[in-house]
Amino acid sequence: MKPFRRTTGRVAVLDRADVDTDQLIPKQFLKRIERTGFGEFLFYDWMQDDGFELRRPEAQGAAILLTGRNFGCGSSREHAAWALQDYGFEVVVAPSFGDIFRTNSLKIGLLPVTLPEDDLRALMAEGSGAELTVDLEAQTIGPYGFDFDAFDRRRLLEGLDDIGLTLRHEEEIAAFEAAHPSPIDTRALG
Amino acid sequence: MARTLFDRVWDSHLVAEPEGESPLLYVDLHLVHEVTSPQAFEGLRLAGRRVRRPDLTLATMDHNVPTDDRPADDLAAAQLEALHRNCKEFGVPLYATGSGREGIVHVIGPELGLSQPGLTIVCGDSHTSTHGAVGALAIGIGTSEVEHVLATQTLPQRRPKTMRLELSGSLPLGVTAKDAILGAIGRIGVAGAVGHVIEYAGEVVRGLPMSGRMTICNMSIEAGARAGMIAPDDTTFAYLEGRPAAPQGAEWERALDRWRALPSDPDATYDRVVEIDVRELAPQVSWGTNPGMVVSVDGVVPDPADFEDPAERDAAERALAYMALEPGTPIQEIEVDRVFIGSCTNARIEDLREAAAVVAGMRVHPRVRALVVPGSATVKRQAEEEGLDRVFEAAGFEWRRAGCSMCLGMNPDILQPGERCASTSNRNFEGRQGRGGRTHLVSPSMAAATALAGHFVDVRELALEPVA
Repeated sequence: MKPFRRTTGRVAVLDRADVDTDQLIPKQFLKRIERTGFGEFLFYDWMQDDGFELRRPEAQGAAILLTGRNFGCGSSREHAAWALQDYGFEVVVAPSFGDIFRTNSLKIGLLPVTLPEDDLRALMAEGSGAELTVDLEAQTIGPYGFDFDAFDRRRLLEGLDDIGLTLRHEEEIAAFEAAHPSPIDTRALG
Repeated sequence: MARTLFDRVWDSHLVAEPEGESPLLYVDLHLVHEVTSPQAFEGLRLAGRRVRRPDLTLATMDHNVPTDDRPADDLAAAQLEALHRNCKEFGVPLYATGSGREGIVHVIGPELGLSQPGLTIVCGDSHTSTHGAVGALAIGIGTSEVEHVLATQTLPQRRPKTMRLELSGSLPLGVTAKDAILGAIGRIGVAGAVGHVIEYAGEVVRGLPMSGRMTICNMSIEAGARAGMIAPDDTTFAYLEGRPAAPQGAEWERALDRWRALPSDPDATYDRVVEIDVRELAPQVSWGTNPGMVVSVDGVVPDPADFEDPAERDAAERALAYMALEPGTPIQEIEVDRVFIGSCTNARIEDLREAAAVVAGMRVHPRVRALVVPGSATVKRQAEEEGLDRVFEAAGFEWRRAGCSMCLGMNPDILQPGERCASTSNRNFEGRQGRGGRTHLVSPSMAAATALAGHFVDVRELALEPVA
């Protein structure tokens, strides 16, 4: 995973609640078997609208997305996080996130920052195009601090491979399997 | 200390709790489909890793498969081919299209008896919560996590909070499990259960057959929940007994002993408790662009001005513009172009029976194109044995092969821009069923009645017999 420590970049404001992953990456783009190249399809349907927030000149080249509560709700498609990252976003800031989207983002090094509504409103008031620094080490975004799970923080700062981390527990996994014989066998169904 | 069903399943699957890291949870069953797995298998290949437990893994094809005689488009075909290749290379059993055992992943798990009480189940699909209906902890995951589970059979997970959602009273005639869950999401909101595992309880749940319980657990994610669960009981055991992967003989008796010990202790506590009385509940119809935007069939399209919260008002305005609806319009005056009966929410045999009972001897409205897509090849066979296909076809419905179909429109079954659809699926997001398409979520009997009338109707006025 790509490590994340600190970024300074332009902000894009998408002030909508409950933005679902179907909007982030519509289904017709989920047939690809690659992990890359989804950026051009980000918000595909909304991008057709000239007035869409991310099409405004000041939102171009943004690295930090400021958005509404429950961002990334809906489908588990990790393609949504891939698309945001491939488009150029490094950080998504919202008052809350859909759980699966948030996990997916953490897995690929796209930083999901949960910020209280008032702090976020103040940042949004600066508008798209404003410059902002997000520092995961210091847990700050502009003038505000944010909470972040210590383990997730370390994983992101060091760009740790989750599977590698888990495989350090091979002995415990094997012991668990020995003590808990599985009640099912998918290969025995014929 | 008193424990919940969730606590019991969670605690018994903890492999390790490393200091300063997320707990590691063992996964008993990993279901795989063509859309969220190719990049995960590729990751294994690149790292030189194998699938740790192919015997606890099962793949099927559901999301992008055509349900009629049209061939899959090139990209879809390549994705299906990739699943074939990956399953062969990594030794994962595959129920491929045409095998006679394929179907929507969340329909075939329970149908085979693989989804069992007390198990941990994951799948790269948010509606994995469906399997919680048997008393399993079933979690939807993303592709990186799919790779993680394939490689390690475990998942690092933060312990979620618990919510008890008590459905009390009894469902009125013509009001179904689908209406109960839509009503509940309307009440708690699409983010109402974020970070929580919901345990559904109460008289309503106890009285529901497994199909209705699955419908309810299926839509847990639409309230933002990590999972939905229902304590196993005699209804669960009767459903599972004799299914291909269910324990047999002495094993069955031992399993029953284990399963009977799973339900929450009466004095167990939850992080949150919500009680909803369903005695006054009417059939629900969604009017907007998320599953929390629902109203009773005898109601009207709401006025955004009535929403106090600015974010909700803004969302309602946007939704009405997308849905081309005016505030105050009676729901029953809304005309539809399409009807879709299918999806992991409502395409089990009981759902098809419920719909067929409404359409028997009737005709679909001439303006409406209506589709029935069984949830699995097994459901399709059973429905055909019962003659349901003939009931639907005689009424003017198209009878299709199993798949996710128009729930998400990854296959050729999509709405055209501006088309309005009464759908038994789970999501009414913008463009979900096709770009510019307008989705209204309803129960199978409501969808069936709407197909006949060409506009929404109150199925209670047609209901002569109780529907499950």
